[in-house]
Amino acid sequence: MHKMENLLSIAIGAILINNIVLTKFLGLCPFFGVSTRMRNAATMGFAVIFVMTASSILTWLIYECLLIPLHIEYMRIVTFILLIASFVQLVEMFIRKTSPELHRAFGIYLPLITTNCAILGVALINTTVEGYSLPAATVNGVATGIGFLLALILMAGIRERLELADPPRTFSGLPLAFVSAALLALAFQGFSGMAI
Amino acid sequence: MKLQEFTKGIVKKNAVFALALGLCPTLAITTSVENALGMSLAVAFVLIFSNLIISAVRGFVPQKVRIPCFIVIIASLVTIIDLFMHGYSPTLYKRLGIFLPLIVVNCIILGRAEAFASKRSVFDTLLDAAGISVGFALAIILVSVIRELLGSGKIVVLGHEIVPAFISSPAAAMILPPGAFLTIGILLALLRRAGVA
Repeated sequence: MHKMENLLSIAIGAILINNIVLTKFLGLCPFFGVSTRMRNAATMGFAVIFVMTASSILTWLIYECLLIPLHIEYMRIVTFILLIASFVQLVEMFIRKTSPELHRAFGIYLPLITTNCAILGVALINTTVEGYSLPAATVNGVATGIGFLLALILMAGIRERLELADPPRTFSGLPLAFVSAALLALAFQGFSGMAI
Repeated sequence: MKLQEFTKGIVKKNAVFALALGLCPTLAITTSVENALGMSLAVAFVLIFSNLIISAVRGFVPQKVRIPCFIVIIASLVTIIDLFMHGYSPTLYKRLGIFLPLIVVNCIILGRAEAFASKRSVFDTLLDAAGISVGFALAIILVSVIRELLGSGKIVVLGHEIVPAFISSPAAAMILPPGAFLTIGILLALLRRAGVA
């Protein structure tokens, strides 16, 4: 029972309290790049949840079963980035063969995910920073992905509305997106200090 | 003109303000000027040496596997700076946290490798990488000066008070996440107004 509560607090923490985008500043490129349309934002968000969960499990296994027994923990950066890049490539090839429809929807987002620092960031948090167990690392991967989806959808909603607004010309586009993100981050600050 | 390869990266093609690349460290570690200095040195090291190596081996690397090769070169250099900072500057290492290993996915570095170093001579690459590094350093130092000044009311670098405390109750929100987004948003708008970005 104690363990379940622990997993729940990791999940709530990753989705709301320490939101990956708005408090940890990871994955900002897709956050600003893909948040102009709600549909694209949702697709990207789901692709990230999938890759983040799978890569959390894979990197945890490699770290605990290969790098630690061989005492080559310092190889973690090289190993993780290669693992994530080849995994994403594999998934892309797999869905291209099996489901062309899915490939049309996700195709262009998958290569982008390789350089999404949130994926590598979560892998590093799971293994070296927090030292989670496998279930905890998996939950953290899923929940961080959900937090990313949440932030991306909120931002896309705001930016779709902003298109109808008439801001000063110097602020239109990226500057206004940053100021909106500041207000969103301010709202998320309300969760800080929340304990479960 | 060769010197142009160096100067273009500072203002005209500034990685952060003109191209909006490398945003994660720009927002995350600019809570103090000291962090920004450490980060810009680490990024400069990785950017310059990785691009030099990539430019030097550009003749041998097959076109199809160039991206994985670039990533391995960059990741090895990041590992070097990671171990170096861990050994020589443990406090800075702790404060930069996972953003030090995450230099490996900083899009500025792979972007320059792909767009410039993989096509040009070693000397041109050195100028280009140095220029981009200076531009990145200036950008994150500018952001960190604003945030530390308003957020903690003073600037402390390596234990020296560069700017003594002058605000009795500083706006703590500036060193919290919202302050980072706000600072960059307003800076981008101002630079656009001035015709720079």
